[in-house]
Amino acid sequence: MVSALTVAAGVTDPELPMLTLADLGVLRAVEEHDGRVVVSITPTYTGCPAMDTMRDDLAHALLTAGYSDVEIRTVLTPAWSSDWITDHGRQALADAGIAPPGPAPATGGPVPLTLGVTRRAVSCPLCGSTDTGEISRFGATACRALWRCRSCAEPFEYVKEI
Amino acid sequence: MSFDNVYEAITEENDDTRWAFGTGFEDPLSGVDATVPPGVTADQCLALGDDALIMSHRLQEWVTRAPELEDEVALANIGLDLLGQARLLLTRAGQIDGSGRGEDDLAFRRDEREFRNVRLAEIDGGHFGHLIARLFVFSAWRLALFGTLLEDDDPVLAAIAAKAVKELAYHREYAVGWVIRLGDGTELSHRRMQEGLDATWPWVAELFGETDRAEFDDVVTRVLDAATLTVPQTASVGGPGGRDGVHSERMGFLLAELQSLARAHPGATW
Repeated sequence: MVSALTVAAGVTDPELPMLTLADLGVLRAVEEHDGRVVVSITPTYTGCPAMDTMRDDLAHALLTAGYSDVEIRTVLTPAWSSDWITDHGRQALADAGIAPPGPAPATGGPVPLTLGVTRRAVSCPLCGSTDTGEISRFGATACRALWRCRSCAEPFEYVKEI
Repeated sequence: MSFDNVYEAITEENDDTRWAFGTGFEDPLSGVDATVPPGVTADQCLALGDDALIMSHRLQEWVTRAPELEDEVALANIGLDLLGQARLLLTRAGQIDGSGRGEDDLAFRRDEREFRNVRLAEIDGGHFGHLIARLFVFSAWRLALFGTLLEDDDPVLAAIAAKAVKELAYHREYAVGWVIRLGDGTELSHRRMQEGLDATWPWVAELFGETDRAEFDDVVTRVLDAATLTVPQTASVGGPGGRDGVHSERMGFLLAELQSLARAHPGATW
């Protein structure tokens, strides 16, 4: 029987299917005691509608692998950060044409106010140029922004730092 | 799995369930420890959840009406974040008050006087300058407020706040960008942005009551200064407000739309 951790770590994100939940940093813990499996996951965004699907996919994968007693727990704290995306996950994003996030801003205390255009160094996942610009802070899913490359003229998506 | 782009993956095998995320209405706090510490009441979660629910509804109304596609996507995303916060906060409120009510009971089966949202959230209409003014005030206020909840006695509320702060920072940044772009833009855009602020300001005092507003005022001063706009001097609307269950005349129409399906078809799932 494949270990519960291996099964859970192989489940992919419903909206970013090139990433496993482990790559994304959503999978926090997999505990196995006497045949009972407890999986802990943390939401990326509070409104992320894919959470229910992730729970279902995890339960389905574990049940299919032969685990009959499965519980999926939601962990709200510490809050998910894009820093938790693994190096493997970042490479998988880049390979799929999605720019991975840079370091997340520091948390705690008042959030500093930025005026005007925020400069973020984002490389084009297609040609590697850093001559890029933001089209929209918000994209097709809660975690992605829309950018474009001025060098190769391609638009691309970018996982926001959070 | 290998795809040329992520959308191919989503549409793979013509799997319709991909388009139905979040429609199961499972308890959003599923699997979270529901213990309520002594002394914690539901008031705060209910009020903050109602603010998010009603503001989200107003933002959703802009879908198909925004001036550009990118802004439509942005407003929909912000509305989705707030709806997510509302789901968690209302579910938590139902856990704390011990009534056994879930998020749907609280969102769809309460009457106007039982809602505790600030009246700013229920304002509608106007042009894009009005919308941006409301979103700027709402997100700057909510971000400052949630920053004070990170050590709350209720660990679930503290965790929701820690998560929401990150989202609200993006909301405020979006609104600030437009306040500056419009205020420091053309004569027309400047005038309309100032109109939006002037119309919004009567509802600002209600947000704070006796609580500290230093961080909010600092943000407002700096943004409006950069945008060449002036802080409105319009008088505040006084008397009992949304936190007392007293709403503006718009609220009844809003709830009629928000609740019509759930009330016409009790127990409906989709």
